[in-house]
Amino acid sequence: MTEIQLNGVLKAYGDVEVIHGIDLHVHSGQFVVFVGPSGCGKSTLLRIIAGLEQVTGGEVVIDGDVVNAVPASERGLAMVFQSYALYPHMSVYKNMAFGLENSKMPRAEIDSRVQEAAGMLQITPYLNRRPKALSGGQRQRVAIGRAIVRDPKAFLFDEPLSNLDAELRVAMRKELAALHAKLGGTMIYVTHDQVEAMTLADTIVVLNAGRVEQAGTPLDLYNRPRNTFVAGFIGSPRMNLMQAVAEPGAGGGMELVAGGQRIALPAVDGIEPGDTVTFGIRPEHMDIVDEADADMSASVDLTEQLGGETYLFCTPEGLPQITVHRLGQFPVRRGETVHLRLQRAVLHLFDRDGRVVTNGIGELDPANGAAR
Amino acid sequence: MADVAATPNRTLAGILTARRGRGRLHWTDVFTYAYLALGVALMFGPVAWLVLSSFKTQAGILEFPPTLLPLGQISAEVEGHDDPLPLFRVTMEDGSVRELAQIRRVGIVAQMVDPDDPGERLDVPIADREPIREFRIAWENYTEPLERFNFLTYLNNSVIVTVAATLITLLINSMAAYGLAIYEFRGRNAVMLFVIGTLMIPITIILVPTYLVVTQLGMVNTLWAVIIPGCATPTGVFLLRQYMLTIPRDLIEAARMDKASEWQIYWRIVLPLSLPAIAVLAIFSVMWRWNDFLWPLIVLNRSEVYTLQIGLNAFQGELNVQWHFVLAMTVVALIPVTVVFAFLQRFITTGIASSGMK
Repeated sequence: MTEIQLNGVLKAYGDVEVIHGIDLHVHSGQFVVFVGPSGCGKSTLLRIIAGLEQVTGGEVVIDGDVVNAVPASERGLAMVFQSYALYPHMSVYKNMAFGLENSKMPRAEIDSRVQEAAGMLQITPYLNRRPKALSGGQRQRVAIGRAIVRDPKAFLFDEPLSNLDAELRVAMRKELAALHAKLGGTMIYVTHDQVEAMTLADTIVVLNAGRVEQAGTPLDLYNRPRNTFVAGFIGSPRMNLMQAVAEPGAGGGMELVAGGQRIALPAVDGIEPGDTVTFGIRPEHMDIVDEADADMSASVDLTEQLGGETYLFCTPEGLPQITVHRLGQFPVRRGETVHLRLQRAVLHLFDRDGRVVTNGIGELDPANGAAR
Repeated sequence: MADVAATPNRTLAGILTARRGRGRLHWTDVFTYAYLALGVALMFGPVAWLVLSSFKTQAGILEFPPTLLPLGQISAEVEGHDDPLPLFRVTMEDGSVRELAQIRRVGIVAQMVDPDDPGERLDVPIADREPIREFRIAWENYTEPLERFNFLTYLNNSVIVTVAATLITLLINSMAAYGLAIYEFRGRNAVMLFVIGTLMIPITIILVPTYLVVTQLGMVNTLWAVIIPGCATPTGVFLLRQYMLTIPRDLIEAARMDKASEWQIYWRIVLPLSLPAIAVLAIFSVMWRWNDFLWPLIVLNRSEVYTLQIGLNAFQGELNVQWHFVLAMTVVALIPVTVVFAFLQRFITTGIASSGMK
């Protein structure tokens, strides 16, 4: 069981700093997913932990030892690469045995370990093949097998599923989760796919432009995003984020004025009349109601009827297109107007700088304008 | 038939009769074939001439006008003469044609004798006689040097030099290339530039300094003097480095994660993956070493250590050159390189293409 800690890790290539001081604690046995858009530094961070990149500042601590000066080969970690990085001139067996041979393990033990891992990953029939003669999914298994046989302190995965087709990716995702449950080791997983992050992680670390935007459990990030970036990144389809100006409303409350829409809300601490705010609402948190109860009206541009659920893409007057998710089938035609009410309990408000003000507010009490 | 013409025909005959369109020859076909024929003549002509001439007798080689095929003049034993005399077909003054043997030639008159009637001597203008020839292959061009000269010793030396030098070249060049392509250290590019820079120094400039070094090391007149100085070639380092740069970095990093030492990464990952480029360098090295002349000529002065090329040079005396032996032994010297090339040539195209080098 292995703990990994990053203390103020900095990384610069020449004058360009790409990682701006990251503090992170990966607990023993945790499945941590680094997620973020491409170029956010998530792979670089993983490579820093692996020892394939040197830090410019800060320290990497594995099990209490600072390993800044320890080369990759001595850190006892195993890594699965995006390209699989199988040695093309060696058979599957040799690929898996290579790391063990390098640590001068007896042949019999190498053989038993390779056979065991191959059995676990169901690649025993392919042990004598070259990687060229395997399909993408099989190569992926071999790459994982190569990591497993080493019995490493921790597993590092660098976008391991991104070269697989959609169906296989879902299947491998499940297998990875099962593998983690079985092996129980510390795992760090890098992906740009937030669905993978949500499904696999104990802890998600959202990275953007070399900084940690937020770290927490998947639902924590989903329910309580700390800023507009996390709000927009986690969840599929994305949260609807709209700019508005706060104005004094009736009865001590406030109104958000966005385009042609006015949304009456109770007063919220931290938002003064005249402030520019961003409000966010997830597609499934909007109800279709009568015009009288509605916060906004929008004309439907497009519907996606999936049978079990329905997505409406509609444009409120003066605002960009928003997505509305409804369970079940919802017959509506293009150009029709729908009236939407935002669920107050899950309405997110962000200030001018994108930092969260609140992740849910009360209903407006018509009597005194305060939250009920 | 039109369909047959449309599908590419990959047999030798198909390649040799390929043309641009269907039906009649296009002018570009004519031009292409003429151009290619010229190329074949330029490239292959001298080799063909060499091989054909190597089967000619000494007299046949020196004959003017030269003949293409190895034709030897028939000679006959004539009573009263120790050596066989060359036979000629002579048109006599009265118009009759006789076969006579020539004793000697004086100016434009040849003194001839009838082999059947050795007593009678005839003076014939040389314009009226014509040598009688037959197709004859002079195998003795090949067999004689093999017996009389130390040909096998030379061949042995050449093989030792070529094999040893090629192995050492491959080993140290690939190690250098690994360092310059995979291993990361400060000043790597400067070192690479330095190595490339040495390409610009012609061998004639370093000939004397290298000779002095070799002398100091006491290697003159040993094969090591030929093998070692040329082993580190900037061309080879550059070629291998460029190829190694194309090996995905992930593989190297995967090996690092797999606890492989730098030597193991080099020996077990990079070297096997660089085989196409290694094969190219092997071919080059074999050709360079086998055909090397100038440097062995300088450092090898005793005939026991001569390589083939130097041995061939020994046939060239100060006053007379034994062309028939030189040509025959040149053919023999060509054979190993040709064989090596034939077996490894498919690597050349793939290797050169993927190393991005000419």
